[in-house]
Amino acid sequence: MSTQPLRELLEQAFPDATELDVVDRTGGGDHFQVIVTSPSLSGLSLVEQHRRVYEALSAPLADGTIHELRIKTKGAA
Amino acid sequence: MSYSEKIKEVIGGSEVALFMKGTPAFVMCGNSDRALQALRRAGAPVTAVDVLPDPAIRQELSAISGWPTIPQVFVKGELVGGADIVEELEANGELEQTLRAKLGEDYAASRDETTVALT
Repeated sequence: MSTQPLRELLEQAFPDATELDVVDRTGGGDHFQVIVTSPSLSGLSLVEQHRRVYEALSAPLADGTIHELRIKTKGAA
Repeated sequence: MSYSEKIKEVIGGSEVALFMKGTPAFVMCGNSDRALQALRRAGAPVTAVDVLPDPAIRQELSAISGWPTIPQVFVKGELVGGADIVEELEANGELEQTLRAKLGEDYAASRDETTVALT
């Protein structure tokens, strides 16, 4: 899978993101790094922030499209 | 005893529980290794559980924790996160703070590493 469908899912979940990036770490289309900085994550623990990302990407996680996911999240002022 | 009961027992009964792919002696996944190494650097007394012997272990763990991926780290029964979070907390010093707050000042004295088999 290319990074574009994942980016679109994250954009829907975090429409106010100030930083949003999806990187294919290995070029194989199944190991991804996502970075999300969004005001909607402010005040949440890292566990809760990552849960929001997992929720946004639940379909490609469940069907095995994403084999490995690295997540970097931040709240924004 | 079902996997769910055993999993809950490990989570509730361990100072630091690490659900991983493989064991500390033979790690089968890069992310499990990242979490293990961060916990070791922080001096955490780790109880490790290999989820690979039966896919049902992983399914039941995720149903309990609400966390979809492996590894998963718990301190005193509370989910701390996966490899990314544990590494981030280790790097900024919060992991040690959490361990000290929940396990006591001398938590690193034992440096125990235990492996529990659920099957």
